[in-house]
Amino acid sequence: MDATPTLIDDDTWTVAGRVFRSRLVVGTGKYRDLPETAAAIEASGAEIVTVAVRRVNLSDASAPMLQDYVDPKRYTYLPNTAGCHTAKDAVRTLRLAREAGGWNLVKLEVLGPPPHLYPDMAATFEAAAALIADGFEVMVYCADDPVAAKRLEQMGCVAVMPLGAPIGSGLGIQNPAMLAMLIEQARVPVLVDAGVGTASDAAIAMELGCDAVLLNSAIAHAREPVRMARAMRLAVEAGRLAHRAGRMPRRMGADPSSPLAGLIR
Amino acid sequence: MTNRLMLTLNGEPRELPSPLTVAGLLAAIGLDTRKVAVERNEEIVPRSAYHATHLASGDALEIVHFIGGG
Repeated sequence: MDATPTLIDDDTWTVAGRVFRSRLVVGTGKYRDLPETAAAIEASGAEIVTVAVRRVNLSDASAPMLQDYVDPKRYTYLPNTAGCHTAKDAVRTLRLAREAGGWNLVKLEVLGPPPHLYPDMAATFEAAAALIADGFEVMVYCADDPVAAKRLEQMGCVAVMPLGAPIGSGLGIQNPAMLAMLIEQARVPVLVDAGVGTASDAAIAMELGCDAVLLNSAIAHAREPVRMARAMRLAVEAGRLAHRAGRMPRRMGADPSSPLAGLIR
Repeated sequence: MTNRLMLTLNGEPRELPSPLTVAGLLAAIGLDTRKVAVERNEEIVPRSAYHATHLASGDALEIVHFIGGG
């Protein structure tokens, strides 16, 4: 008898026509070195990794590059617009990324100032419009704002990525009710991006019904990044399974699990 | 006397011998063309055009690659 139900293998998600099995998307920043980056990404099981575009250090052109450790043929690189504050900067940066890598699936993020680095939605709308007009497929970091997320979707963004909490804060899923409503109404994939601090946060995000979780610091800044990468992989799978299984109703009182009938006297 | 090119590479002034193409510049720096992208005066230089693109004094070039990011 085949007692192993197909719970995960048939459960894929699709963004811009690309099909993925892993629902964990990881960043490649903040690691101690490139070997640690590679080991943590491997342990995470991620199929998509975010990357930044920066000037080459011309005084040390022989320094190892990210591609030497994280193979772009194996992982889908998702170039970001970190550090861009205008639509012009974002378009310029991602045009370079497209030339360096040859793909047009990108992560748009336009941030406000510290200490919150909250998504600058006015600038995000402007940059999204410019990128879509230039032929990019835009996965967009955004506020946990269902109105803004719907507008981005209607503009043609291929995924919306509301924050769980401020970038790098590790504060967890701060606004689950609004995220649940945003997910409910979305017609493109929703990824919770930023704010995850530990495995339970990732599971909570997945239980809310989002399509995937994007995180970086929670792995890179763990005491043991490779171990935490594995924890995140399992948490995302667990949260996804729990969402699909459908949780039991909450009730304001106990309900014994063992039958009361047949007690010995 | 050889002509010299005055270029700005990633924001830094550099003086290089002329003539020079983008391909020649990348080779002189020692960069693998498959891992970088080049912008000349805010216009992308397609990889297929590296050999045919001759640099001129005053050109500003950005040479970028992928690094770790979130």
